[in-house]
Amino acid sequence: MGPVLAGVLQLLALTGALALVHIPFGTCMARVYSSKKHLRVEKWIYKGIGADPDTEMAWPAYLRGVLAFSLVGVLFLYLLQRLQGVLPGSMGFSSVNPAQSFNTAVSFVTNTNWQSYYGEQSMGHVVQTAGLAVQNFVSAAVGMAVAVALVRGFARSRTGELGNFWSDLVRGTLRILLPIAALAAVVLVACGAIQNFSGVHEVGQFMGGRQQWGGGAYASTEAIKELGTNGGGLANANSAHPFENPTPFSNLLEIFLILVIPFSLTRTFGVLVGSVRQGYAILATMFTIWLGFTALMMWTEFAHHGPALQAAGGAMEGKEVRFGVGGSSIFAVSTTLTSTGAVDSFHSSFTGLGGGITMLGMMLGEIAPGGVGSGLYGMLIMAVIAVFIAGLMVGRTPEYLGKKIGGREMKLAACYILVTPALVLVFTAASMALPTPPHSMLNSGAHGFSEVLYAFTSAANNNGSAFAGLNANTDWFNTMTGFAMLLGRFLPMVFVLALAGSLAGQQPVPATAGTLRTEKPLFTGLLVGAILIITGLTYFPALALGPLAEGLA
Amino acid sequence: MTTRTENHEDAMSTPTLAPHQDAPTGHRPAEGRVGAGLFEPGQLLKSLPEACRKLDPRVMVTSPVMFVVWIGSVLTTVFSFQHPGDWFGWTISAWLWLTVIFANLAEAVAEGRGKAQADTLRKAKTDTVARRLLADGSEEQVPGTALTIGDLVVCEAGDVIPGDGDVVEGVASVDESAITGESAPVIRESGGDRSAVTGGTKVLSDRIVVRITTRPGETFIDRMINLVEGAARQKTPNEIALNILLASLTIVFLLACATLPPLANHAGTHLTMVVLVALLVCLIPTTIGALLSAIGIAGMDRLVQRNVLAMSGRAVEAAGDVSTLLLDKTGTITLGNRQAAEFVPVKGTTEAEIADAAQLSSLADETPEGRSIVVLAKERYGLRERHQGELVGAEWIEFTAQTRMSGVDVDGRKIRKGATASVIAWVEERGGTVAEDADRTADRIAEEGGTPLLVAVEDGGGARVLGVVHLKDVVKEGMRERFEELRRMGIKTVMITGDNPLTAKAIAEEAGVDDFLAEATPEDKMALIKREQAGGKLVAMTGDGTNDAPALAQADVGVAMNTGTSAAKEAGNMVDLDSNPTKLIEIVEIGKQLLITRGALTTFSIANDVAKYFAIIPALFAAVYPGLDKLNIMHLSSPNSAILSAVVFNALIIIALVPLSLKGVRYRPMSADRMLRRNLGIYGLGGLVAPFIGIKIIDLLISLVPGIG
Repeated sequence: MGPVLAGVLQLLALTGALALVHIPFGTCMARVYSSKKHLRVEKWIYKGIGADPDTEMAWPAYLRGVLAFSLVGVLFLYLLQRLQGVLPGSMGFSSVNPAQSFNTAVSFVTNTNWQSYYGEQSMGHVVQTAGLAVQNFVSAAVGMAVAVALVRGFARSRTGELGNFWSDLVRGTLRILLPIAALAAVVLVACGAIQNFSGVHEVGQFMGGRQQWGGGAYASTEAIKELGTNGGGLANANSAHPFENPTPFSNLLEIFLILVIPFSLTRTFGVLVGSVRQGYAILATMFTIWLGFTALMMWTEFAHHGPALQAAGGAMEGKEVRFGVGGSSIFAVSTTLTSTGAVDSFHSSFTGLGGGITMLGMMLGEIAPGGVGSGLYGMLIMAVIAVFIAGLMVGRTPEYLGKKIGGREMKLAACYILVTPALVLVFTAASMALPTPPHSMLNSGAHGFSEVLYAFTSAANNNGSAFAGLNANTDWFNTMTGFAMLLGRFLPMVFVLALAGSLAGQQPVPATAGTLRTEKPLFTGLLVGAILIITGLTYFPALALGPLAEGLA
Repeated sequence: MTTRTENHEDAMSTPTLAPHQDAPTGHRPAEGRVGAGLFEPGQLLKSLPEACRKLDPRVMVTSPVMFVVWIGSVLTTVFSFQHPGDWFGWTISAWLWLTVIFANLAEAVAEGRGKAQADTLRKAKTDTVARRLLADGSEEQVPGTALTIGDLVVCEAGDVIPGDGDVVEGVASVDESAITGESAPVIRESGGDRSAVTGGTKVLSDRIVVRITTRPGETFIDRMINLVEGAARQKTPNEIALNILLASLTIVFLLACATLPPLANHAGTHLTMVVLVALLVCLIPTTIGALLSAIGIAGMDRLVQRNVLAMSGRAVEAAGDVSTLLLDKTGTITLGNRQAAEFVPVKGTTEAEIADAAQLSSLADETPEGRSIVVLAKERYGLRERHQGELVGAEWIEFTAQTRMSGVDVDGRKIRKGATASVIAWVEERGGTVAEDADRTADRIAEEGGTPLLVAVEDGGGARVLGVVHLKDVVKEGMRERFEELRRMGIKTVMITGDNPLTAKAIAEEAGVDDFLAEATPEDKMALIKREQAGGKLVAMTGDGTNDAPALAQADVGVAMNTGTSAAKEAGNMVDLDSNPTKLIEIVEIGKQLLITRGALTTFSIANDVAKYFAIIPALFAAVYPGLDKLNIMHLSSPNSAILSAVVFNALIIIALVPLSLKGVRYRPMSADRMLRRNLGIYGLGGLVAPFIGIKIIDLLISLVPGIG
């Protein structure tokens, strides 16, 4: 079997598995978020945190919950790292410096998992499991909660109520993320991923040298890291490391875990708004972009010229032999089109155009299918924008799912789409303009610029993957990517929740033959076009100076 | 309807609202029904001074997109003064200024058309002298501007009515051509639904006393002038929302351009202010930004051309969203009056006999129903129309509301035709009997929704009923197709009638409306509107009476007839000067067309960006990264020519689209799906492809200029 065929077959297997799972799983998630009953363990938690899970919240209250919970998370993670040196179970690692502690705390709370540290050389078991791993669950659950709140905004009418944040947070964690992560961890262990709390082992190398290996909860971390579209691994090599991702099958499983919640949430959306066909339209939009990007990536990586590359069956630099070009391409596209940021290969080593595809994927706002929750709400915002333009073209003032898109709704959607481009472009330009930050670049010219552009694209979009090469552990990059992550995560959430509140208060307009049919393929096509043109074109000049300049040379 | 001014001797001095536009008639062909306003290239030239006046930054700031272009033009001009030898800077500056002027031109042309109409209206608003009635019955002469609400003024033949008001005494014929353009005089009388008079109109006969209901300066004609001039124009909700989207796109592209210099420096090239501004102007949605306000003004103008005054732009937008139309049966769905449809003889009588008797007895009946009997007899039975003078010695009995019968006594025969009860009474009075099947036929006709009229005769054979005339509501031609179209557009039609449910149902079925409200009272109407609105629907209706006022105010689009009361006109958000209720359908179409034009040009504007990137990015960076020249798929001759071509195209496309923005995109009733597919094809794909071709052509032309390229 040739490598191209292997790649295509993996793609087909993945698509088939997602197609099988998304309907029952999406429907099940809809039930989780609309059920009236609480599990016993949930009741204990509510009692513990003093929250009443049955109180309906208006959008400001919901937002306060999101922000307060996240702020506590950041403070806790920051302190945990600063105090690591005096905590037990730290494998002898010292406390982390302030800039890096801030960066890492923000990174994990914002579901970004940008890592300016070497995991196996700086974070002990306590920080990894009690701090970072916990945020892997709850930051994902926060994203899903916000998405569900927006969906409720569409589904409900003449009410300001968006549900209860604490209940959504706890249910997302306990009923969705935990069971699947546990199951996936067992499968990963079966594949060969390790799971222990052992200390550092020193082993002899094949070529003669000595090497140190740290133990850790690799399999369980890996499961939630992918499932919650977090991306922050224990090892610096991330999912390219055999402890995290030992076989081609585990590789495919991890891609599946990355994609399963974002894709299935479209079904949840469809069920909750009372029209599964609306969910299919969003799913089709996400899938079209994801498939298109994957196909492009495989094409550019397989077709790369040069005798060495041809002999290897494609551009193999920076890719693991056990995954090949196919498995690495699918992983790279999936991790950057979601807010995951885990990597099983080195994006910096991809062909110029391939690197550009990973960046463009993030620049689209990570909405195809996007991060858990954030992908759905990001896509719905784009749908609102597309509906606004297309709705006018059918001769009505725009409406989506029966809700009018008026001045206030437009203002919130417009603010949403402004946030990440502003963060990416301003921070990148500042880094290039100032005297010191460019010293972090490993390469010169277009590739060096790509390293910086990638860093802020990844941070502002809460992806977390790195292009490699850039020395991000400087005060400038730690602080600035930290701010990019914070603003890139929570400003959009403010606009999303305000929009949800505004929509929930509306009286829906009944659909007639004169209404724009947003569940039709025509609308899907329009939405894909709007996403590529509106968000894609924003970055065209920057992409031209980085990956395009390199890829077209 | 269309006679207007042609037969009017003093056509020049009779101001007409829209002399260039035919008034719409009840039915027009479906193809391209929303007609285009006229656009003459000469208007562009005429509006040029106004366009330049609008360069004032205080005016520019209202359009965020064009204001950015304005600032860019200032910056590049300053740059050019610093580098006077740089032809490129000067050329770009010139085209950027042209871009701004073209945008202002679009708005000025749209406004200019309203101004012409306002001038005609102003002529009607000459200073009048009012004859104010004092408490003791005497009169005093005061200027029309000194009148206050509640004043009573006397107007006699030849007087111009000094202000808006209601007739409280007398009846007069009034020439309202100053506001409606309709030269036929109308009757205005105290009490009832025809009591409203408008300032500036002229009393032709008799004497009336008018109670003034508006302050000077706030009269109907003042408001009309403000409206057509656009002085009262406020941005509509959808326009505001669209402006927000355009502003945010402008900010995004502003960021993309403003952050470019350090990235370019790293790449080893220096970007001048001129090329950065050029790139920015090409990327921000200037096409729609330039044309947005012209589209809005032109939309209002299209209504004015149809003699409809929208009191707010919001109402025009709401018209596009309407999902329920309440249509009055009489005058909208059916012709104003019932017409004879058939003659049904009783046993022992032939159809020819009853036709003959019906015709004879109706000759003296001047009501439309009576005329229709004569017409039916002629068309169906070939009976020549006889005139009253032809029959010697005939005694004519005219129809009156009291007797409810008409007829003739001739050659010893007495023939009568009229309401069932009246004719039966007449026959029985004369000792005749009413045939049983006459009764039955009459009942059947009534059940079918028609009105039966009996025809009876008294001759040598005694008094007897000959048969029954079936009077029917006649549905206007083409209404069924029109309602079918509305259904395809997702609009539900509800017929409102005072008829009983049986009659209403029969007509509703014949006309093809979706629903009907029979024996409708104003309260029923109100309840219906509220019920529809509670379901999230937008409702449009027409009305003229004072008792319609609450419903007109409640409806999302309330079109008051100009013949109606001032209460109705106050309550509605539109006034139809032609008082033609069918126009409601056109109003909806104009509302939709306005929104479609906005959406289409927005799509076009955004889609244009792709080609401009392919022109400018290689021009800027191919020197340092030669690979980027592969993006130069148009093979533009030189970097400067490429940038200039994109800027020139960006400016020219505005002028090229001015006619479209004034006329509105072609609109035909069809489902949302088909409409979207069609408009996406034309304006989405067209917007992607057109600039590739346009920029290439401009580049070819520019490269011919020596010293460039």
